[in-house]
Amino acid sequence: MIAPAIPDRVGRRWVALAMAVLMLATSPSVAVEPSEMLKDPALEARARAIGQALRCVVCQNQSIDDSAAEVARDMRRAVRERLAAGDSNNQVFDYMVARYGDYVLLKPPFKAGTLLLWLGAPLVLLVASAAILVAVRQRRVAAPPPPLSERERERLRSLLGG
Amino acid sequence: MIPELGHFALILALVVALVQGTLPLVGAAKGDDRLMALGSTAALTQALLVLIAFAALTQAYVTSDFSVVNVVANSHSAKPLVYKITGVWGNHEGSMLLWALILALFGAAVAIFGANLPDTLRARVLAIQALIGTGFLAFLLFTSNPFERLSPAPPDGNGLNPLLQDPGLAFHPPLLYLGYVGFSVTYAFAIAALLEGRVDPAWARWVRPWTLAAWCFLTLGIALGSWWAYYILGWGGFWFWDPVENASLMPWLAGTALLHSAIVVEKRDALKSWTVLLAILAFSLSLLGTFLVRSGVLTSVHAFAQDPARGLYILGFLIAVTGGGLALYAWRAPKLSPGGLFQPVSREGALILNNLLLCTLAVTVLLGTLYPLFLDLLTGNKVSVGPPFFNATFVPLCAPLFAALCVGPFLGWKRAELWPALTQLRLAFFVSVAAAVVAAAVVDSRSTLAAVAFGFGVWLIVGSIVEFASRIRLARVPWPESLRRLRATPRAAIGMTIAHGALGFVVLGSVATGAWHLEVIETLKPGEKTHIAGYDVTLQRVENVQGPNYVAERATLAVTTGGRPFTTLQPERRLFVVQRRQIAETAIQTNLLRDLYATLGEGDPNTGWVIRLYLNPLAPWIWLGAALCALGGFVSLSDRRLRIGAPTRFRARTAGPGMTGGTRGPRSA
Repeated sequence: MIAPAIPDRVGRRWVALAMAVLMLATSPSVAVEPSEMLKDPALEARARAIGQALRCVVCQNQSIDDSAAEVARDMRRAVRERLAAGDSNNQVFDYMVARYGDYVLLKPPFKAGTLLLWLGAPLVLLVASAAILVAVRQRRVAAPPPPLSERERERLRSLLGG
Repeated sequence: MIPELGHFALILALVVALVQGTLPLVGAAKGDDRLMALGSTAALTQALLVLIAFAALTQAYVTSDFSVVNVVANSHSAKPLVYKITGVWGNHEGSMLLWALILALFGAAVAIFGANLPDTLRARVLAIQALIGTGFLAFLLFTSNPFERLSPAPPDGNGLNPLLQDPGLAFHPPLLYLGYVGFSVTYAFAIAALLEGRVDPAWARWVRPWTLAAWCFLTLGIALGSWWAYYILGWGGFWFWDPVENASLMPWLAGTALLHSAIVVEKRDALKSWTVLLAILAFSLSLLGTFLVRSGVLTSVHAFAQDPARGLYILGFLIAVTGGGLALYAWRAPKLSPGGLFQPVSREGALILNNLLLCTLAVTVLLGTLYPLFLDLLTGNKVSVGPPFFNATFVPLCAPLFAALCVGPFLGWKRAELWPALTQLRLAFFVSVAAAVVAAAVVDSRSTLAAVAFGFGVWLIVGSIVEFASRIRLARVPWPESLRRLRATPRAAIGMTIAHGALGFVVLGSVATGAWHLEVIETLKPGEKTHIAGYDVTLQRVENVQGPNYVAERATLAVTTGGRPFTTLQPERRLFVVQRRQIAETAIQTNLLRDLYATLGEGDPNTGWVIRLYLNPLAPWIWLGAALCALGGFVSLSDRRLRIGAPTRFRARTAGPGMTGGTRGPRSA
């Protein structure tokens, strides 16, 4: 709303300087670049799918496909090299895990250490369903209404006899 | 002077909150009317004081008062006015002050609109609200004082994070906080009910509007955040299963469950104890979200350990609120009387299924978000939990939820038959199967799962329409009768239909964009052209432009279709000079059925620029659907029975002519 009052000449020099910085600053928007891409579209599609399941190891929760970090670029190259060499998707994943550990997989493997992660929610679902079933059963057993009190019975008699 | 006034007002607010958090409780326990009445006065005073503090900080931002540390760290004199104002909550201290403000305003709202609440319940609710407020005000004053001064004052500030200088993200936190803090009211009602030892339909009628309002704001807040991510991050994604996003999704899921279980309490006087528990959990998850985002624990467990004062405070507060609430629940909940009976196949049963699945979904997100933290903390092992994990766990759980969602409204209370409900839905079933088949055959044969998910989206929309048509008996009775039924339909029912159908639009948008988007990434020199889905895109020029506090490269892309000019896209790469940060400004052309999306990457005139083009089918439906969802909530909120005093007025009006025995009484309406 309020434009800065920079004299025109100064402003232009400022812009030129800033543009120089712009060239040096790391770009947040660029991830997979045309120069990295494989010629074969089918192979490139596989590389993209794999890239989305691998974590950029220096970033905060970004896949290598989405990250502009140098490491992510190297990892993307490695994935494409393996694919070009004829690896299957699983072989590429194994290769990356061998280099960076399980940490690189955005979908953690099913192991002793991730047992609770994978089974926690199904366990909750199971236990909760069982608890609900038991509760429903108990309620139904406990459902018969309490017997009439002496006063109610008397009132009933008087109504019926009435 | 004014920052000191703000600081002083904040201290006074803490004192008032302490009074409000204790004396009314004593009054409610002893039956002392004067002590109970104190609650309302204190709530209004507290709100006024926090408002003064907030206004003082806003004043410091607007006038660029660089003697205040917080303003120096987060503002700059060259920033546009609107971002000076939104910058107030674009930082840790300010956002916590905003939280305290909303909390105090909600407390005041309870005091103002709660005139017809039972005295003890109102006193207790206000006291619990004030205790939560005390926690936040003390947090502000002792660890995150926004009014700290700096001498000598620097000539200019460091500027606001450029990512936050955007309309989407500027208004994302207030909406989110309105949701989070709204659940504090339901929490206060739950605790008050436990103290009273009484939960009844009247209680639920009070809790439901607050839950609904909080839920609507949270829905809008999450949608706005997702939309922002879509247009700013520059690769067309809209949900990244990032812990920060998950932090807001968990209370939303719990809140959605609460919204539905509160209906059962209100209508059938059942599920009382469970609803109270959900109210405690929904707010606890809101606090957990705040803790995750505010403590820095997400960046790294170790970063959190290095500067633990704030994180430990919130963690302690979280434990007090959750643990205290749950302990009170364990102690008092068994005393709540069990409610009405029902068969498994009934509206109640359907709503229990809804709660079961929504809570499991919340647990899935909770585990996926916290597991890496705990594993790192306990064993030092690092594990990544990202989108592929949630796609494999969260998404499949949605299937039974969506399938049951359309059936539930057809079931009657207490006892119902499943088969008649299903036969009424056969049209919806066939239409959605057809949609899935068409999607698989025509759009994309590779992803069967996407086609099935697409079918579910159609099921939700058509199922909701069928439910509404059957409610007004459309085409079964003459249309004037249907019209009469339409007018008689309660707003709550209309709101439900809108919200349920809107969810279908969200599903369709997410599936179509996620699975069927097209992407072209190419390096173009000025004059060169590329193609995406029937559009020819020519890079005409790249020029330097200057904004108020940034400089940018702007590309001009001419889009033609069939040789005729269609539109011009102008994506930018902005450099915020003060922070030396680059932000991509995407260019999006939408026709509400698909987005044509362009971003500008690195490059120079010799090698060309990297241009990314996306065609995202149905993308706008994601956020329009979410907004429609919230609209459904607001429509439901306007229901007559939730409007304060409305039932009394209604009764008076209908009773009027009757009492005058046929003669014309005065028309009060």
